[in-house]
Amino acid sequence: MLRGDFGESIRTSAPILPEILSRFKVTAELTILAAIISWIIAIPLGVLAAVKRNSWVDRFVRVFALLGVSVPGFALSILLILVLSLCFHYFSPLGYVGFFEDPIRNLEIMILPAFILGISISGSVMRMTRSSVLEVLRQDFIKTVRAKGASERVAIFKHALRNALIPIITLIGMQIGSLLGGAVIVEQIFSLPGLGQMTLTGINQRDYPVVQGCVLFIAFIYVLVNLLTDLLYAYIDPRISYD
Amino acid sequence: MEHLLEIRNLSIELPQGKRQPPVKLVEGVDLDIDKKQNFGIVGESGCGKSITCSSIMGLLSYPLTLGKGSSIRFQQENGNEVEITSLPSSELRKIRGKEISMIFQEPMTALDPTSTIVAQIEETLRFHTSLTKAEMHDAALAMLKKVNIPRPDQILLDYPHHLSGGMLQRVMIAIALINNPRLLIADEPTTALDVTIQAQILDLMNELRESFDTSVIMITHDLGVIAETCEKVAVFYAGQVVEQASVEEIFHATAHPYTAGLLKSVTSLGGAEKKLYTIQGTVPTAGHFGSGCRFADRCDHCTSRCREAAPALTEIAPGHLCRCWLHAPEKEAAQ
Repeated sequence: MLRGDFGESIRTSAPILPEILSRFKVTAELTILAAIISWIIAIPLGVLAAVKRNSWVDRFVRVFALLGVSVPGFALSILLILVLSLCFHYFSPLGYVGFFEDPIRNLEIMILPAFILGISISGSVMRMTRSSVLEVLRQDFIKTVRAKGASERVAIFKHALRNALIPIITLIGMQIGSLLGGAVIVEQIFSLPGLGQMTLTGINQRDYPVVQGCVLFIAFIYVLVNLLTDLLYAYIDPRISYD
Repeated sequence: MEHLLEIRNLSIELPQGKRQPPVKLVEGVDLDIDKKQNFGIVGESGCGKSITCSSIMGLLSYPLTLGKGSSIRFQQENGNEVEITSLPSSELRKIRGKEISMIFQEPMTALDPTSTIVAQIEETLRFHTSLTKAEMHDAALAMLKKVNIPRPDQILLDYPHHLSGGMLQRVMIAIALINNPRLLIADEPTTALDVTIQAQILDLMNELRESFDTSVIMITHDLGVIAETCEKVAVFYAGQVVEQASVEEIFHATAHPYTAGLLKSVTSLGGAEKKLYTIQGTVPTAGHFGSGCRFADRCDHCTSRCREAAPALTEIAPGHLCRCWLHAPEKEAAQ
C-alpha cells in the first residue's frame, strides 16, 4: 500500500489500481459534463435572479434551487427515464463505449446521467450565485462603475460576477470533488462502469482491498480538487497570494 | 436655462409595499448650480444629501424612487438641456462619467478590488472616447501625474489594496476628472481620510477645479470643508433644505436655528476647556415628521406655531433662503 501498490482483488485477483484508473475515466467524464451543464444552467440564472430580484425570474430560480437541492438524484433519474421512454419512446442506450472509440455514442450514453447530476448540483450553485452577486451589487465600487457610464452588462459581468466568484468556486470545487468520488446511484441506474459502481460492487462482495483502494483514491482526488480550488482563488482575486 | 443644473421639487421615496404610502426621504428640494460654481451641501447623516446627489446621476439605489413632479435639468456641453429624470438609460450613460462624475466617501471600497488601477482609469475613457489602447494608457498616466501621485507608472499596475486611502481618493479624482466633466459631485470625499490627508485632498480638488473649469457639488457634514471650498451652501435637515445662502452669509448672518446649532458645535483648537455644544434630541424618523416644523422638537426658539404648521422656504434677504417662522414675513404673529 505504502509503495503505491493498491494490491489485488480477492475475487478476481486482478490488480486494483489499473481498474480504478480506467473506471475513473468514466467518472471524470461524467463529472465534467455534469459540471458544465450545471454552470450553463446555474450561473446565468443566478445572476439574472440577483439583478431582477423579487421578479418572476427570481421566484422561479428560488423554487428551482430548492427542488434541485431537495429532489434526490435517483428519483429524478427514474422519472426522466420513464418520461422519455413513455412519452417520447426514447431509450438511453446501454453498454458503455469510451469517448475516443465512438464520441457520439459515448455522449448519447453520458448525456442523460450528466444532465441529472448537473440539475441536482445546479440548485445550490444557483443559490450561491444569486446571494453572492446580490452582495457584491450592494457594494460601493459597483456604483463607481455605473457612475463611470458603464452599461449594466459591463457592471454585472465584468465587475460584479468576478468579485462574486470566490464563494461560487468554493462550492463548485467541493461538488466536483464529491462527484469525482463517484455518483453511486446514478452510475448504478444508468449502468455506467464508474468509480461509484466499483466501490459498491466491492462492498457487496466483501472485496476489502478493492474498497480500500477506492476509498483511498476518492479521498486523494477530493483533496486534490480542493487544493486546485484554493490555487484558483489567487488567480481570481489579486488580494489573495501564496508567496 | 442660465444654470448648469436645476433641481426642482425633488422628492425621493422609499416604497412601503402596496398598502402603505411611500416614505419621503427627501421632499421639495430646489437647487440651482451655476457653471464653475462650488456648491456645498451640508447636513447630518441620513438627512438625504447623498441620495439627492445620487439622483442627479440617475443612480438611486434599489428600492428608492423619485417622487412625482421631481425635475432635474442639466445643460450639456453642446448646449442641449436634458431632463435627467426622464432620460432613457442609454442616454444617461453618456452623461455619467463624461459630463457629470462622482467621487465617493470611502475610497477603500469605491474601486473594484479585482482590477488594476490602469484598467479602472482606462475604462472611463473607453466608455466615452475612441482612443487607442496606447493613447488611453498615456492619458491615464498624465492624469495620475495631475493628481500628484508619486511613481505613477508603477501605481498604474497596482491593485487598489496596494494603495492607501489618500492615494485611492486621488485615483478616484483622476477617474472622475479624466473626461473633463462639467459637474463633479463629491460625496464626503474627505470623511474617511486622516486630517492631514483631508487638507491635501481639498487643496488638490480646489486646484484641479480651477484648471478643469468644473462645477463642484461638495457634500459634507464638516462646516470647515464648506468654509474652505464653497461659494454657496444649502443646509439639509430631515430631507429638506432649511437654509440656503452664500458661504459668507451662512457663517456671518446665520438665520436658521439648526445652522446656528451646527456652527456652535464645531470644535476649535482654542476653546478646549468648554464642553462641546450639542443640538438636543435626535432627528425625527422619516415618515414621522408630523405637520409642524421638522426641527421644532430640538429648537431653542420653538413656539406653538412651529408645532402646528411647517414653515415654507422663504427669501429673507437677496439670495438667502430660510425655512423658519422666526424669519417669516409675519414674524410678529409667531410670537
